[in-house]
Amino acid sequence: MSSEHSHPHITPIKIYLAVFATLIAGTWLTYWVAYKDFGWLNTPVAMAIAIVKAGVVVLYFMHVKWQSKLTMLYAAGGFVWLLTLFAFTLQDYFTRSWLPVYE
Amino acid sequence: MSSTVQTHAPHAHSPHEHSGVAHAAEPKTNYLTANYGWKSWVFSVDHKRIALMYLFTIAFMILVGGVFALLVRLELATPAGDLLQSENYNKIFTMHGVVMVFFFLIPGVPAVLGNFLLPIMIGAKDLAFPKINLLSYYVFLVGILLTLTAAAMGGVDTGWTFYTPYSSTYANSQVALAAVAVFITGFSSILTGLNFVVTVHKMRAPGMTWFRLPLFVWANYATGLIILLSTPVVAITIVLVALERLFHIGVFDPAYGGDPVLFQHMFWFYSHPAVYIMILPAMGVISELIAAFSKKRVFGYPVVAFSSLAIAVIGFFVWGHHMFVSGQSTYAGVVFSVITMLVAVPSAIKVFNWVSTMYKGDVLLSTPMCYAIAFLGLFTVGGLTGIFLGTMGLDIHMHDTYFVVAHFHYVMVGGMVTAFWGGLHFWWPKMFGRMYPEAIGRVAAALMFIGFNMTFFPQFILGYMGMPRRYHFYPEEWQVLNLVSTLGATLLGISYLLPMIYLPWSLKFGKVAGKNPWGAKGLEWEADSPPTTFNFDKTPIVTEEAYAYPEGARHQPEAKVV
Repeated sequence: MSSEHSHPHITPIKIYLAVFATLIAGTWLTYWVAYKDFGWLNTPVAMAIAIVKAGVVVLYFMHVKWQSKLTMLYAAGGFVWLLTLFAFTLQDYFTRSWLPVYE
Repeated sequence: MSSTVQTHAPHAHSPHEHSGVAHAAEPKTNYLTANYGWKSWVFSVDHKRIALMYLFTIAFMILVGGVFALLVRLELATPAGDLLQSENYNKIFTMHGVVMVFFFLIPGVPAVLGNFLLPIMIGAKDLAFPKINLLSYYVFLVGILLTLTAAAMGGVDTGWTFYTPYSSTYANSQVALAAVAVFITGFSSILTGLNFVVTVHKMRAPGMTWFRLPLFVWANYATGLIILLSTPVVAITIVLVALERLFHIGVFDPAYGGDPVLFQHMFWFYSHPAVYIMILPAMGVISELIAAFSKKRVFGYPVVAFSSLAIAVIGFFVWGHHMFVSGQSTYAGVVFSVITMLVAVPSAIKVFNWVSTMYKGDVLLSTPMCYAIAFLGLFTVGGLTGIFLGTMGLDIHMHDTYFVVAHFHYVMVGGMVTAFWGGLHFWWPKMFGRMYPEAIGRVAAALMFIGFNMTFFPQFILGYMGMPRRYHFYPEEWQVLNLVSTLGATLLGISYLLPMIYLPWSLKFGKVAGKNPWGAKGLEWEADSPPTTFNFDKTPIVTEEAYAYPEGARHQPEAKVV
């Protein structure tokens, strides 16, 4: 590769193992909470665990933590756009029942 | 020369420094003559050669999609199913849509003109990832082969939109294969978009600041962003359809607890921005053409640049306007309808600024400019009728009629395809070093304008009267307008075939073009025609904006002679 590419970051194996352990722990946690009833919090709890796991993967496995601000912006942009997909789709599902039904 | 273009390989342009005596007497080589043999093409990582491979592949796909279009129009010349019955008619219009959308409109300008010009315009040797660029071409080719296989094995009858449940519960044709083809083709787009975004960020020549970039580069950058953010969603959607079919996971099928309208949400989250993937690079072409042939800086350059980004962003939040009658909540429809009105603003900014650019400019009506002016009119009609359709109440009347068909053909064919031809003529001397024949070029452009309006204007009237799209029969009183449309389509077809004949002809018989046959500004006109493999002998230092025409600049008198 050309000289323009600055030296790539080398992540110590220790960090990879720690991330791996976090992910396994997260998976067990997901499994465990699946058998608990938190009422309306069931989905938010499961989603929170999943987001933490995904965040760790993006930051460490995908090396975003050591990249330029521009790369971080792009990575974050993808998630913002995913949220717009959810938000604008849900505005349909959440308001479908608002219209009165005439018999 | 090594194939790793990205490195700072010194360009061997002074023969006497080397022992290669044979070079000394020969004229300077360019990217076409740098090396020969089929391997030098199929393994080439030169962005210009890849652009040409895309050009020939896409030209073939235009012909394929054009034959399907011809069959549709021939069938519609009479009210009864004389040529095709429903089953085959469904397959023919579906293949027309799939081929034209995924294999011509989306890659057309970025993969051909963008690939060729983007690195030259920013003063770079190549794109940031030349090998990924080559990969994108082969991925594209695999997508084409699978699509053509699906067509040969019986075709697809769902319409290019692949709506569930046509494409899931009631699929009775090669839907799975065609969906896989679209899935794969999406990756080709993603690779191109990624390459463009990284290239514009990282590879600009010294002095090439963001606000010195040609607007074509801005437009392709914005397009790259849309591709990166939207294309993965259509891939996911196709995967979800497959998962539902194979494992009965309820996503789109109510029998498993899914919702078919969800497919439309996900599909249009990609496919509405995809409309901008098609039109934005075309708008970039028009900015270049209007500036070069008016000899003026594009009026309000930074605003035009930002309007590309505005279209890219706002274009993501309007997809629900395709779904007003789908069962989508009326409240969501209102939101989508309002945002749709907003996206008209940056498009209008562009059109006003192009017209303002021509004002008091030295307008030269050469072939590319004829196409550019045709674009202005046709795109404006297409855009304004889009406002009709984005208005929720009116859309209930117009939805799925020929009004919609006419609207998007005005934007796509009148817009993107017209810009593609204009751009191809404009940069043809740069790509091949030869001029096309000017007189016949203008005839082709004029014929295109007449044929196009004859084809699609009657469809507005038909649609307004209620003729639904996607049926092969209609009441007899609509035959006159349909016949006019079919005749117009024939003229349009001829006008597209003409350049396919005279452009290749010009490769041998055309006048040899110098570096800058148009007297235009921009780095690409400082490179040789055709450019050398690494575009420039040494990295250019940029000191001015792409449109630094002096006040009151005029065309050379000889340019005005046909």
